Amino acid sequence: MPELKIGDLLVSLYDILGWSLSLLGLHSSAVSVLQKIVSGFVLANFVMLTPIFTIWVERKVAGRFQDRLGPNRVGPFGLFQSFADIVKLVIKEDITPAGADKVVFNIGPVLAVMSVVGIWAVIPFASTMVGTDMNVGILYSVAVGAIGTLAIMMGGWASNNKYALLGAFRTVSQLVSYEVPMIIALLVPTMLAGSMRMNAIVAEQQVWFVVAAPLAMLIFLISSIAEVGRAPFDLLEAESEIVAGFHVEYTGMKFGVWMLAEFVHAFTISALAAVVFFGGWRGPLAEQYPLLGVVYFLIKTYIIYLFLLWIRVTLPRVRIDQMNNLNWKFLVPLSLAVLVVTALVDKAVPVGASLGVRSLVLFLANVALILVSISLLAGFSRKLQASENISVDSG
Amino acid sequence: MVPLSWYLTFAAALFALGLYAVLARKNAVAILMGVEIMLNAVIVNLVAFWRYGNPSDIAGQAFAVIVFAVAAAEAAVGLALIISIYRRRETVMAEQIDLMKW
Amino acid sequence: MEAVSAAQIIFIVVALLTVATTFLVVTVRNLIHAALWLVATLFGIAVIFVLLDAGFMATVQIVLYIGAIAILIVFAVMLTRRVMQDVGPQSNENWWLGTIVAAVFFAAISTLLWSIRWPALPGAVVGDTVLALGRSLVDPNQYVIPFEVASVMLIIALIGSITLALPGKQSE
Repeated sequence: MPELKIGDLLVSLYDILGWSLSLLGLHSSAVSVLQKIVSGFVLANFVMLTPIFTIWVERKVAGRFQDRLGPNRVGPFGLFQSFADIVKLVIKEDITPAGADKVVFNIGPVLAVMSVVGIWAVIPFASTMVGTDMNVGILYSVAVGAIGTLAIMMGGWASNNKYALLGAFRTVSQLVSYEVPMIIALLVPTMLAGSMRMNAIVAEQQVWFVVAAPLAMLIFLISSIAEVGRAPFDLLEAESEIVAGFHVEYTGMKFGVWMLAEFVHAFTISALAAVVFFGGWRGPLAEQYPLLGVVYFLIKTYIIYLFLLWIRVTLPRVRIDQMNNLNWKFLVPLSLAVLVVTALVDKAVPVGASLGVRSLVLFLANVALILVSISLLAGFSRKLQASENISVDSG
Repeated sequence: MVPLSWYLTFAAALFALGLYAVLARKNAVAILMGVEIMLNAVIVNLVAFWRYGNPSDIAGQAFAVIVFAVAAAEAAVGLALIISIYRRRETVMAEQIDLMKW
Repeated sequence: MEAVSAAQIIFIVVALLTVATTFLVVTVRNLIHAALWLVATLFGIAVIFVLLDAGFMATVQIVLYIGAIAILIVFAVMLTRRVMQDVGPQSNENWWLGTIVAAVFFAAISTLLWSIRWPALPGAVVGDTVLALGRSLVDPNQYVIPFEVASVMLIIALIGSITLALPGKQSE
């Protein structure tokens, strides 16, 4: 029997699972397939059960932000509120609207959850703990996320409802547009690490990439919020404009599955940001005791999640033209500029320079870029204000 | 291992189906789908030849990347054309788009 | 005949499914369904790329084809929806000719393919192919010019499609 190491608990459990399966007299390849199936099942369940907790966190924190208590009836501090909600969703009537395309209608939410859970296959929890450390990890996470757009389109179209279809149209324009700056922003850490392999990116971060690429981090977070479709980018389900967007016809647990996809997605982008920009499992003693790395990783993820929550409850919803302008006229050019500047500055730093110096130089370049873009924006907004004043006067 | 001829036959089947769509479908969008399938069959061939030829020579994959770019450009321009024709003539049926035919 | 390996079983299953979904793409009357079957086809081809040890190609296939092209096609079908609602025959009067051409093409190509002796085993993959691919695309001695030409072509296509699809200011 393989020894049980507390510092590397989960990998030890994995080995023990393989050992006990081989006791059953299975072929070694069958054992490894079964091992992977079981661990994938556990991982997917961990990911899909986190919303039970994060929804509670979300409602509690949002309540505090808005000067109220949040859920406090069911269980201590309202901790069991999510369970009550799940029970409510499950016992509600499950309606498929007349004229809906049944198969597509039902596949939609499943595909949405699948696309988000799939990203977790490449997220490294610790140096030894990663589902599959493929050499195109970052690109894979983008690719799997792109399927979510399709799921929303399917749900919106199959509902046979014009508001759902409008929501789906908005979704396409928003999600496809914001994929552009997101991918370009992810190119910056890829370039700095010299690899698309998730664990290699984490291993390169003796100095967190947020120091060397703060702008890329911000662009990634902004466009990721848009990808999730949360406030301030919740145009795809703007209640006051198009009822509830693409999921207006969904009831009961099918609606619950859409919500699950959204909450898991929000948690997933926090995890991605933690891995790519905030050093993932890195921390004191994490190399010796991978279990500590898991703890560091989850702490970082939750801190970023709270930051996203802060944005969500603070900012009002943007208009659709503002949303498109922000992307195409600001984020895309800025992300391209960041990419070019990072590449040039990184080459300009002498080869022998230490990692700290390199990060510092890149940080200064980013600050310069921020100043330039702020001054450009200020000039632009002055011009806009001037033209608005004229039109108001003449009108 | 899977023999190379299997991949090539698979790609040929895809290409033939795409060809059928281009020749027989009425709808311009469906014709475009056929073209995309044909391009994808070509990419399968390129990648298969890369793998079974000399994998250290990256030519097959580089060529496939270029074909990807061409496919993206083709889809964007093709769909823009279809939408603009639809706006003007209220149809996307290829046989009704016959201004140039006499 | 020797035993069929796991890779061969996976290939046969995936290839048959992909050809079946492609058949649905080209025959189904409802165009949205055709577009969704197209997504299944593209996904099957991504699996084939994985079997060919081209992980990068597989992910690009999903990002580009499913994430962009398939969504564009679904979008175009929805935008031209009034026409789509008719569920009459979706093939023109020359469909039988198309069938014959496609069948003859497939028969000719596959007879040709099976009469040639191909290298039986794939060559060994040396090193990181993603790295090699990236280097070759910016290497002046390799593919930097085709790569740059492709990027210029993409920009032209982008501008061209925006110009085409812009709501007409020109009088009709």
